[in-house]
Amino acid sequence: MPRVVVAVMPKPEILDPQGKAVTGALKRLGYHGLSVRQGKRFEIEVEGELTTERLAEIRQAAETLLANTVIEAYEVQVDQSPVGADETTAVDEPSATAEEYQL
Amino acid sequence: MSARIGVVTFPGSLDDHDAARAVRLIGAEPVELWHASDSLQGVDAIILPGGFSYGDYLRCGAIARFSPVMTEVISAADKGMPVLGICNGFQVLCESHLLPGAMIRNEQRHFVCVDQRLRVETNDTVWTCDFTRGEEITIVLKNGEGNYQADPETLKRLEDNNQVVFRYVNGNPNGSNHDIAGITNERGNVVGLMPHPEHCVEPLTSPSVDGRRFFSSLLEFLAGRS
Repeated sequence: MPRVVVAVMPKPEILDPQGKAVTGALKRLGYHGLSVRQGKRFEIEVEGELTTERLAEIRQAAETLLANTVIEAYEVQVDQSPVGADETTAVDEPSATAEEYQL
Repeated sequence: MSARIGVVTFPGSLDDHDAARAVRLIGAEPVELWHASDSLQGVDAIILPGGFSYGDYLRCGAIARFSPVMTEVISAADKGMPVLGICNGFQVLCESHLLPGAMIRNEQRHFVCVDQRLRVETNDTVWTCDFTRGEEITIVLKNGEGNYQADPETLKRLEDNNQVVFRYVNGNPNGSNHDIAGITNERGNVVGLMPHPEHCVEPLTSPSVDGRRFFSSLLEFLAGRS
């Protein structure tokens, strides 16, 4: 089943109190020089074929509900790694054919 | 006949009972409105109360905005129905685009719970016509995500159009842009604010009874209209 990932991040100009809290905690743990911004990741399993129309529909869903575009930006990406695959591999080696849509 | 004021209950609403009680104390009739119903039962005005609608999942107010009752609230508000959003209700109004901007987590990263001093910046709204412009009042404030954010153009528009209704004084408790505590739409029938007027209606349990005047403002407006 095709999987689409929607990543939602606070816009750069918007303060990110959660990211600031995590940054502070990392520093207290001895991880220095790391500045964190915290967002959300939605993994969407799509029934049937993933057509351009279907992707446009998901993009619209992201715009309508998953992100509040007043304060957040989102990215829609087709995830072609098998479900349950090692996450590190999926992130380090994104599929060359992955289509990317950005706000 | 007394005014009928709808109070919406979402799953996770907390302050719907206090809002209904405030409505009763001021001499109007509270009408319970259920999130899953698409009927507004012919009410004269609507209150979206505070709380944690739908557990604040996704974003505060984001899921409540798509509940059946909100479709009706949005359409009624567009036709001039008085709507007051308190705290989570304000967040729902922003998510619904009935009011511009959005709320994020408090800058200080603390939940705040204080007797908050506010300045009334405009009495040119349905919910503040019984106040005097520039007047200072005390209304309790309790939230974790009350940090009002909007882009510079929106803020300028709000200021230029006199749509900032309440501003925090004696310090900004949550980092809100321009010390904004509450705003209205262009028409002045929809008002949202983070502080809780419904908790400030009785001397026994609140630092002031300034909250009563939100409701007396509404009644004054409704009386003038009929």
